[in-house]
Amino acid sequence: MTVATADIREGAHRHMARARAWALAIPAVIAAYLVYVFFAFDGPALIRSADGENARILLADMVSHKVHVTRDNRDGSVEVAVEGERKGRYPDGEAPGWVTPGEETVVDLGGGHLVTFGAENAVTYDVPGYGIIIAQPSRSRGVDATLPDGPVPDWISASRNRLVADTEAGRFIVTRNRTEVFRYFAGWELFFFTLDSPYSGLGPGALMSLAISGEAGAILSDIWTNDMWRHRETAWALFETILMAFLGTAGAALVALPVSFAAARGFGPQPFRFLVRRVFDFLRGVDGLIWTVVLSRAYGPGPLTGTLAILLTDTGTFGKMFSEALENLDRRQIEGVRSTGAGAVLRARFGVIPQLVPVLLSQVLYTLESNTRSATVIGAITGGGIGLLLTQAIITQKDWEEVTWYIVLVVLMVFAMDALSGWLRRRLIKG
Amino acid sequence: MTDASLPSTPAIRAAYQAELRAKRVWTGVGVAVFVLLLVAGFLTANDRNAGGFWNGLPNVLDFPADVVSEAWENAADMPGLLLRYLPSLLETVNIAAAATLIGTLSGAILALLATRGLAPVEWLEIPVRRFLDTLRAVPDVVIALVLIFVLGGGPVPAMIAIALHTMGAMGKLFGEVAENAALGPVEGLRSVGASWPQRMVFGVVPQVAPNWLSYALLRFEINIRASAILGFVGAGGLGYDLRNAMSWGPGRFDEAAAIFILLFLTIVLVDQTGGTVRERLTKGAAL
Repeated sequence: MTVATADIREGAHRHMARARAWALAIPAVIAAYLVYVFFAFDGPALIRSADGENARILLADMVSHKVHVTRDNRDGSVEVAVEGERKGRYPDGEAPGWVTPGEETVVDLGGGHLVTFGAENAVTYDVPGYGIIIAQPSRSRGVDATLPDGPVPDWISASRNRLVADTEAGRFIVTRNRTEVFRYFAGWELFFFTLDSPYSGLGPGALMSLAISGEAGAILSDIWTNDMWRHRETAWALFETILMAFLGTAGAALVALPVSFAAARGFGPQPFRFLVRRVFDFLRGVDGLIWTVVLSRAYGPGPLTGTLAILLTDTGTFGKMFSEALENLDRRQIEGVRSTGAGAVLRARFGVIPQLVPVLLSQVLYTLESNTRSATVIGAITGGGIGLLLTQAIITQKDWEEVTWYIVLVVLMVFAMDALSGWLRRRLIKG
Repeated sequence: MTDASLPSTPAIRAAYQAELRAKRVWTGVGVAVFVLLLVAGFLTANDRNAGGFWNGLPNVLDFPADVVSEAWENAADMPGLLLRYLPSLLETVNIAAAATLIGTLSGAILALLATRGLAPVEWLEIPVRRFLDTLRAVPDVVIALVLIFVLGGGPVPAMIAIALHTMGAMGKLFGEVAENAALGPVEGLRSVGASWPQRMVFGVVPQVAPNWLSYALLRFEINIRASAILGFVGAGGLGYDLRNAMSWGPGRFDEAAAIFILLFLTIVLVDQTGGTVRERLTKGAAL
């Protein structure tokens, strides 16, 4: 008896020791793997080269915009433009209040910072607490800069052909061909109206009263055709992305449904079943990326390419899911219908479909939501929908507020599709 | 209980028939709307694409045919090419594995924080859930592209992007599993003074581990595909090599073929193994 107890205790101890060893070994293995990955991905180099500046630019640009005041040093013309873009340019002779055009154009950057575009291309920048920077660009001698006495601070970089000063009020760049001043403002510029619209600069109250007095159509059309933010194109792109997801998912379900019968045990004949299953496996295994690449060679950029890529991949996924659902059907219901003398069609109608439809619908609707995201990604590769706008905006690395706007739209789109698919699931399956 | 208060059998039948008819009409309307949307949508997509469906259809096989013929001509080089792309394949798999690990572990913690009855701080449940919803809603390519700008190209942006998405997805799925866990063990541990992490590790995790592992494996399969796709937009691994081979055009399609083969084999292998293991985990058989 005592021997047996000792044995049991011995066994329990061994068991506990083993469990403890496992409990320590698993985290150790995970940690070791992560350390390996850190070095495999060249983590140390990444940390050394990580550019905080890029992140700062990104964050600052997401919530602000800049207005460029530019003088062309070849002909002396001065231009004021939001983000320096043609479509954000102030009409000739007009300028915001902080720019005073004239013989000498005076740009007030606020906080006492004054930039003066003087005669003969000369330009001065009065930085409070530092002094006056004088620059004289010319075709022959580059940029002649005169700085206040003392060491050159690190926010000024001066070379033979270029002078850049970054202050808290803005940015000042002089090159041979042009003199540029940037002033930063919070918020997104010209989101509703571009400067050539008569409604630009009006407050919401004034707009409301104009809308009530019959100009609502013109106001909306000015917003809709805004060149800077391209609301019309953005709306189309969102629509295209949703279209890709919807057509791809619905098409895949329609193709997979009849074929999956052939792949299900108890429905399809044996050699045929094996073949169909391998086709489904192939469609899934080739993966959306390869299908996208192959199809974009044949169809070029656009929503059709993305639709077909989703359709092909998901035919494989649905085929597998549907045939599994068919195999898991409750045979008794089919037998019950058969016992009333029903033929194959009636057995399918009253024995199979009522069991199958809720399962299939819920899978299809779940996939619809996840395909909205896939369609964004595929759009980025093939060039269609909101994915394309997003990659373009990111690649130009200029207007992060546009990127932010697109990201917000994508997230809202996915939320909306999620809500829609949830609503449809509840309506169609329970109701 | 008088007979007068009950409708007669023919009336019941008529009412039933009417209801059935109404239901059929609504189903018919629903199907018609669906078909209409499908056809109109397809025509729109066809219209807005660079090449139409029927025009492009004969060309669909051109590119695969080019790839196969080029790979066939250089069949002798194929083993060498496959070997050359093995490091890239390893990178793609590493991105997926590390992202799955990080995303799953952090997702598990967030899931426990957001589960009613298990969460240590009640008012945190809703914010954590909304946070998880947001993580799930942002497509990984968006995060990857922004991070590529900040960190430069390479595997790390892809890994972080996939990990964040995984965190959101696992947070939700794990939470659904944990909601159904028996609270007895948790109460028992609380009664002996166990802290919240101890209650979770010893009371909840053993109950949910098989399901959690199974979800994590499924996620790994999904993440391998995601990792290949993100490579294509500049985040390293096989996808990146594929884009380079593709942009070169004809002449390097044998390389594309090698990458296709590696990607296909990896996905099939991971899917099959994952499927078998998952089946065992959820059906309760021993590994």
